[in-house]
Amino acid sequence: MGSTVTAPARTDPARIRNFCIIAHIDHGKSTLADRMLEVTGIIEARQMRAQYLDRMDIERERGITIKSQNVRLPWSPREGEHAGVEHVLDMIDTPGHVDFTYEVSRSLAACEGAVLLVDAAQGIEAQTLANLYLAIENDLTIIPVLNKIDLPAAQPEKYAAEIAHIIGCDPDDVLRVSGKTGEGVPELLDRIVERIPAPTGVDEGPARAMIFDSVYDIYRGVITYVRVVDGRINSRDRIKMMSTGATHELLEIGVISPEPKPVEGLGVGEVGYFITGVKDVRQSKVGDTVTLQHAAATEAIGGYSDPKPMVYSGLYPVDGSDYQLLREALDKLLLNDAALTYEPETSAALGFGFRVGFLGLLHLEIVRERLERESNLSLISTAPNVVYRVEMEDGSEHVVTNPSDWPHGKMNAIYEPVVNATVIAPSDYTGTIMELCQSRRGSLSGMDYLSESRVELRYTLPLGEIIFDFFDALKSRTRGYASLDYAEAGEQQSDLVKVDILLQGEAVDAFSSIVHKDKAYSYGVMMAGKLRELIPRQQFEVPIQAAVGARVIARETVRAIRKDVLAKCYGGDISRKRKLLEKQKEGKKRMKMVGRVEVPQEAFVAALSNAEPTKK
Amino acid sequence: MTTTLPILGDTPTLPADPSMLDDAARAAVPTTPFGLYVHVPFCATRCGYCDFNTYTSDELGPGANRSEYAATAIAELELAARVLGPEPPEISTVFVGGGTPTLLPAADLVAVLDRARQLFPVAPDVEVTTEANPESVTPESLAVLRAGGFTRISLGMQSAAPHVLAVLDRRHTPGRAAAAAREARAAGFEHVNLDLIYGAPGETDADWDLSLQAVLDAPVDHVSAYALIVEQGTKLARRVARGELPMPDDDVLADRYEQADRVLRGAGLEWYEVSNWATDRAARCRHNELYWANAHWWGIGPGAHSHVGGLRWWNVKHPAAYAARLAEGSHPAAGAERLTPEDVALETVMLGLRLRDGLALTALSDAGRARAADAVARGLLDPEAHAAGRAVLTDPGRLLADALVRDLTD
Ligand SMILES: Nc1nc2c(ncn2[C@@H]2O[C@H](COP(=O)(O)OP(=O)(O)OP(=O)(O)O)[C@@H](O)[C@H]2O)c(=O)[nH]1
Ligand SMILES: C[S@@+](CC[C@H](N)C(=O)[O-])C[C@H]1O[C@@H](n2cnc3c(N)ncnc32)[C@H](O)[C@@H]1O
Ligand code: SF4
Ligand SMILES: [Mg+2]
Repeated sequence: MGSTVTAPARTDPARIRNFCIIAHIDHGKSTLADRMLEVTGIIEARQMRAQYLDRMDIERERGITIKSQNVRLPWSPREGEHAGVEHVLDMIDTPGHVDFTYEVSRSLAACEGAVLLVDAAQGIEAQTLANLYLAIENDLTIIPVLNKIDLPAAQPEKYAAEIAHIIGCDPDDVLRVSGKTGEGVPELLDRIVERIPAPTGVDEGPARAMIFDSVYDIYRGVITYVRVVDGRINSRDRIKMMSTGATHELLEIGVISPEPKPVEGLGVGEVGYFITGVKDVRQSKVGDTVTLQHAAATEAIGGYSDPKPMVYSGLYPVDGSDYQLLREALDKLLLNDAALTYEPETSAALGFGFRVGFLGLLHLEIVRERLERESNLSLISTAPNVVYRVEMEDGSEHVVTNPSDWPHGKMNAIYEPVVNATVIAPSDYTGTIMELCQSRRGSLSGMDYLSESRVELRYTLPLGEIIFDFFDALKSRTRGYASLDYAEAGEQQSDLVKVDILLQGEAVDAFSSIVHKDKAYSYGVMMAGKLRELIPRQQFEVPIQAAVGARVIARETVRAIRKDVLAKCYGGDISRKRKLLEKQKEGKKRMKMVGRVEVPQEAFVAALSNAEPTKK
Repeated sequence: MTTTLPILGDTPTLPADPSMLDDAARAAVPTTPFGLYVHVPFCATRCGYCDFNTYTSDELGPGANRSEYAATAIAELELAARVLGPEPPEISTVFVGGGTPTLLPAADLVAVLDRARQLFPVAPDVEVTTEANPESVTPESLAVLRAGGFTRISLGMQSAAPHVLAVLDRRHTPGRAAAAAREARAAGFEHVNLDLIYGAPGETDADWDLSLQAVLDAPVDHVSAYALIVEQGTKLARRVARGELPMPDDDVLADRYEQADRVLRGAGLEWYEVSNWATDRAARCRHNELYWANAHWWGIGPGAHSHVGGLRWWNVKHPAAYAARLAEGSHPAAGAERLTPEDVALETVMLGLRLRDGLALTALSDAGRARAADAVARGLLDPEAHAAGRAVLTDPGRLLADALVRDLTD
């Protein structure tokens, strides 16, 4: 790097550009980031690997970004006003999936500009808009870019027009790049320096830095990522968290380029990390303001609220004796995932487990996979549900995160969370999508044509409907062409009921579900039918009922088994017979008992997982 | 090559060392009924449903071909007499099974029996059974067997319906099994059994009735009726997996069983084990009863299982490997296990409960006895027998015997 003006802690804020890359899922953010690492020379070709910044195993396997990542890049524009002057670019690669929108919003707060990336073969999609609007709310300078122009199916003209239409620029202002070949990337970096404003801040005043990410590392403890707004933080300072007043000694302060590098300190506008030895990300909370213990600032930078769980599910170990292991695994994951919440719960059918709050279904799936993989557990998760608020006639109020806690007695009003959903699809599918949204109790709030052939539909929908296979239904009805995004939009009063599933008259808590009154019947029929297939025949008849309160709305029967005897000649091979019997007895032990009914684990897994939408 | 039985650790090394039986096992020998099983691992073709240890080739290797097989089996008999000696137990039953024993010349089977008589004392009322396939016996061969000391024959009839025999890959014609039974009677066999299989794909109630009637028309004093089991790795299992044939339905199997019991009982054959019916006590297969009582038996032949005094072992499966072991003077066992008291308790219930005579309630744990009382209430165990201290299956109980065994041994 050489030039002192760009050395950490001494960089002239006028030479700094902080930006993030935002896009719909899979439009190529991480791949573009790769090319930036290369053309700025901070990484040599032989160290390169695809999606370099997707550092977690689970990100690499799934090919998606879950955690934002920031990198400090040196860049000297080749032409224009700043030609030949070295600048510092702080780039943040963000996730595209809707569950991780809060990651994007915290990254945006650390930047003055955003590269809005759009796949030139796909055009604008739902999360493109969602992320664009977030950037606009944060008052960021937007640099629109079409990616993947190397693809034969790319239609840069068409989609440049779409983008121009949405952000109100000239189609010629939309840059064209290929994250694959690197074409257009230097031009993009030049444009970033030219267009994105330099950070402003008070150099001499008390130090203030905003935490935009906080990650637990087993070797180093919590690594906190900050953007310095005012003043400087030096490596020998003691820092103070403004929300709690807690003070810490700095063990290390540094920048990522593209691996962590310790530095003397960070100055106005700079992005970097520090380590204090704390072990829990909650002690270094995203959104909090960091200042110095001596010469502390008095006013915090406006933070942003904690991510709120949107979806709840019960997690139970298949083997009840793994409960303690599950608790430890959750505790460990919690260190690194501020969005995760959980508390112990007991299910008559599934035993001891936890009610866990998630940001969405992908988050649920990833947490579950990490728990299973990293702690070698095998888990059952109950069908996901949202949070309900129930006002009782006596004036009391219940917040229900588990259907089996649904209150008894007279209710005044029931509220469920709703979302503003955006669906973007070829306009041929408009009718189909409207039908689907209507069947899910949606109400249309707006509709726009992005171009002649593509439409954006905006709906208010109950979140509970979205987490119940909405995305699958949407994809299959639009042959995969529709994209979906949604954001919380408060709650609405609804006519909801709890449907219980009873085996031999006994309710199975794990199968209870809260559904709209009009859907209770179809849900009951579906569940009862499914269980009839999944529950093995017993020595007695097992009635399966779906009921709302005392009213039975659907009924199926598992007929009593008539034959359970091996009638074959085994001669002197008694051991074979005994081993078969022992195996059957083992299987019987793994059954969950619902009253006298033996229900295999697999039945729970199958009954619950099919009721739950598959991944996005 | 020398072999050791895994259960016995590194020593003693076999060949044929009487010390392979520990003192406790040896002590039980004189007082426990003893049977001999001889496995004949050959068939002309393999039936699609069959997973028994049997081979259709006659080029299996030295000592393992049909012509040499009797001599090889006799080598193991000699080993058995050495191990159980110096005073070997009296043989109370002999059972020659397969495979298809009658693929060997009758004289060879008789030669094996003769050698057993030389090596072991034999009970005066010894039961000597051979299994046979209907198409592989003739009046002449039956006469040789009878003259050589065989008293009982068990013929694999399976069905009287041509299309069922075809699904099962059986080679005999529908009438042949009953004819063979008559020939056996004519040859002087006191006891004749026919094996049936029910629930094969495509079998109807009427087909089954036809089979049962055909059995009753034959001069039998014993019938075994088995529910078709689709065993892993068989041709039948593959055909079911491919969807060519349906899996036998449990409800249909239950119907067939009830039908069999009704018809056989009407003709004077009473069940004495879940899958076995006999005209009277004397017609029961004493060799099988010996298995079910967990008495002692030595299994001769590849893959054969033995049990002496809580020690179980089983021979190597392939006839060539088996013959090679014996040729070099090694013991042909492939593995062994020592039964723990829990194993014995479980087997006692598992085997005893299937019998007409049932099981003493004292064989059950306290919890098991409580469940037995519950089973009486549910109509699965006979109340009178229960009052008299025994667990005896009712008619519906027979069809749920395995479930009940699991309940009673929890
Ligand atoms: N042909 C071509 N493929 C590209 C280009 N950029 C990215 N891809 C491919 O598009 C897929 C998605 O790329 P990523 O960089 O992981 O996309 P992302 O936007 O980071 O995805 P998320 O982080 O999950 O939102 C990968 O298979 C890339 O190889 C490009 O310019 N041209
Ligand atoms: C040891 S087998 C051999 C007897 C002789 N080889 C024959 O097939 O006639 C004895 C009996 O077991 C029965 N058996 C064999 N395989 C069976 C299966 N998969 N399911 C039910 N019964 C079976 C048949 O009734 C057969 O007759
Ligand atoms: S004849 Fe008997 S032993 Fe041989 S294959 Fe057929 S069923 Fe199995
Ligand atoms: Mg990515």
